[in-house]
Amino acid sequence: MLKYFASRLLTFIPTFIGVTLISFAFIRLLPGDPIIVMAGERGMSPERHAELTAQYGFDQPMYVQFWNYLSGVVQGDLGNSFVTKKPVWDEFFALFPATLELSICAMIFAVALGLPAGVIAAVNRGKFFDRTLMSTALIGYSMPIFWWALLLIIVFSGILKWTPVSGRIDLIYYFPNASGFMIYDALMSGQSGALWSAIRHLILPTIVLGTIPLAVIARQTRSAMLEVLGEDYIRTARAKGMSPSRVNAVHALRNALIPVITVIGLSVGTLLAGAILTETIFSWPGIGKWMVDSIFRRDYPVVQGGLLLIAVMVMIVNLTVDVLYGIINPKIRKR
Amino acid sequence: MLLKAKMLGMAAAMALTAGAAHAQALVYCSEGSPEGFDPALYTAGTTFDASSHPIYNQLVEFKVGTTETLPGLAESYEVSEDGMTVTFNLRQGVKFHSNDMFTPTRDFNADDVIFTFDRQGNPDNPYNQVSGGTWEYFSGMSMPDLIESMEKVDDYTVVFHLTRPEAPFIANMAMDFASIVSKEYADAMLEAGTPEMLNQAPIGTGPFTFQAYQKDAVVRYVRNDDYWGDPAKVEALIFAITPDASVRYQKLQAGECHVMAYPNPADIEAMKSDDAVEVLEQEGLNVGYLAYNTQVAPYDNPTVRKALNMAIDKQAIIDVVFQGSGQIAKNPIPPTMWSYSDATVDDAYDPEAAKAMLEEAGVSDLSMKIWAMPVQRPYNPNARRMAELMQSDFAKVGVDVEIVSYEWGEYLERSKDTARDGAVLLGWTGDNGDPDNFLAVLLGCDAVGGSNRAQWCNEEFDEVVKAAKVTSDQAERTKLYEEAQAIFKDQAPWATIAHSVVYMVTRPEVDGYVVHPLGGHIFNQVGLK
Repeated sequence: MLKYFASRLLTFIPTFIGVTLISFAFIRLLPGDPIIVMAGERGMSPERHAELTAQYGFDQPMYVQFWNYLSGVVQGDLGNSFVTKKPVWDEFFALFPATLELSICAMIFAVALGLPAGVIAAVNRGKFFDRTLMSTALIGYSMPIFWWALLLIIVFSGILKWTPVSGRIDLIYYFPNASGFMIYDALMSGQSGALWSAIRHLILPTIVLGTIPLAVIARQTRSAMLEVLGEDYIRTARAKGMSPSRVNAVHALRNALIPVITVIGLSVGTLLAGAILTETIFSWPGIGKWMVDSIFRRDYPVVQGGLLLIAVMVMIVNLTVDVLYGIINPKIRKR
Repeated sequence: MLLKAKMLGMAAAMALTAGAAHAQALVYCSEGSPEGFDPALYTAGTTFDASSHPIYNQLVEFKVGTTETLPGLAESYEVSEDGMTVTFNLRQGVKFHSNDMFTPTRDFNADDVIFTFDRQGNPDNPYNQVSGGTWEYFSGMSMPDLIESMEKVDDYTVVFHLTRPEAPFIANMAMDFASIVSKEYADAMLEAGTPEMLNQAPIGTGPFTFQAYQKDAVVRYVRNDDYWGDPAKVEALIFAITPDASVRYQKLQAGECHVMAYPNPADIEAMKSDDAVEVLEQEGLNVGYLAYNTQVAPYDNPTVRKALNMAIDKQAIIDVVFQGSGQIAKNPIPPTMWSYSDATVDDAYDPEAAKAMLEEAGVSDLSMKIWAMPVQRPYNPNARRMAELMQSDFAKVGVDVEIVSYEWGEYLERSKDTARDGAVLLGWTGDNGDPDNFLAVLLGCDAVGGSNRAQWCNEEFDEVVKAAKVTSDQAERTKLYEEAQAIFKDQAPWATIAHSVVYMVTRPEVDGYVVHPLGGHIFNQVGLK
């Protein structure tokens, strides 16, 4: 198991270097001089332009710029944002907990509903329940996030007034956001009602962000289950007189889980993409919106540093998924 | 059961305190995060709303709702006969805020004024490079060339020696970059090795004290009870950062905020008929225009330019592109600015006459390019659509139009070229409420090849605008600017298209909110009924 883990970890290094290069190149390939964009209609004199170009180091050859960036990265320095002038590292870790908290909730929501829905649909294949579930999943998958979010806000916050419109907690609660995870901080603040307020604020964004993964997981679970249910060993188990629920839960689901876990791992990327819209609509202070704003402003350090850190997060998740495979299916780690 | 009863009691008590807290705090749903809290470092209005307006004061200030200046931290000022020196007499007994790291030991004085500007212009000032300072507005308003030196006469008198007479200097001193910071705080932070705190944990003299900022979520302020002027009417001010306009409206309706900025133009009609909210409106301090290249034939002929102007159906543009949230522009300066000439008669929309004028000028089978900006601006929310409307308008007078566009940085750069092919859609938002900031910057001879996109140099116009710049008497300046507007209209280097209308939406319990023509959102005198 340790050897398996180590070999997976080794593949990290070339990927990391590749991602560093891509993140560096990506923002520079976009047309547009960041200094001219910064000045806008107001413009600036050529002297001032040259001065700022030198100050930001854009006058140096590309390979020198890349070398400076890379040596910064190795030392844990991702540079300072052009806009806020603060270290990219600090900004990322101030915002990332919000995205993580929301993503975890969305994932729990998606798995908690998607897995059972998929299993139930597979067991009742072709019946009314299966068809209803799967067409609902298709609708969920194809729903534009923006529209879905506004619809939920209008119904649940506007008309029914069950949930708050946006934000992470009611503004009357004020405590230091020490960990960045609002649920934890609200709990630790000891202010009565804070935790409940934080949870209420999570409901709609969780549903919106979790909808697509939920649909994908439900459909994937169903098809994986159907495949496994047709296997010989399931027939054998049934022939031995094992109860249907035990066959489904122990023998079928465990084997069906492998492709499902792959999908869950891949959904992390989808979650981050979905986070961009979800965070904008729900005024959720996470990294999705931060990245988009930075691309528009040509804030090079933030875009390249942010991309790098997100890529590392996705890599860590995928590594975890690989390790999980090994645990669930011993055949894989021996390959 | 007992537990449940206890919890219910707690919830009821909480609801009451929640209500009480809301009654004291004014919540503003803002559109974005401030870049920082030292206004001199930045150029975005969103940043100024969160920094210069609540936290700081300037030597002179804009009277809210107008572009007129009032005394601020300077009780009075005198401009010398020759216009070369300006003496500010400072207000006494003004206290700076305090925070966890700093408690002021002295009142505001001349040292703070000199430090505020010295750090922006003097590369040897230890704060010049702090927070990657590029001081865009300070250099953009030509302060480095204009200020020859500053002199502290005594603790409450500062003299600015200028390199040339310049009437807009006073209005510049009311701008956000001129917000007065505490030298004592700056020195303390430098000593503590944390100079960036000047930007992150701001200390000012304004009506609100900065309390906390959580990026992309919320900014909190509390009332400054030692404020030198009229104290703020609410105990706390909260900015709930809400980037999406539809969500801001939902929050306003749900009572999660009291005031919201930048509604969706498409929602305005519904808002006006919604009893739960009030809609305030005013023309913005901006202008959107189509600039011909007046150095290239046939656009070097004023008759051709005027004919094209008459071919544009501006009302259709207001309806379609601005969805009503705009006003037809007839002058290059907006109507909220002093010296705006009401006497100007706009070129009437008349395709037939336009066609005849083009024929008269000997222009036939004209084909031209119209440049459409790739970005949204208040003065032009959809340049592509605007260009399409002009394309069909011009087709009616026999002019064939090709629409071109570039990435924003390229667009700004290429449109400066004096040999440019085509007319450019662009606009401008005023900085200091001074007409010079439009007329000289956008139409002066010195700006050809730069911000003068029409590449238009008219000596008569230029002389009048230059004369107004060195005159300190406002009545006289007004006359000169009216004259300049008449020359502009006659020569038609641009088609003036629109001024945006700025909308602010508030809940009925909000009292005393005034839309500010310079674009800022200011809550100093706003209360809750």
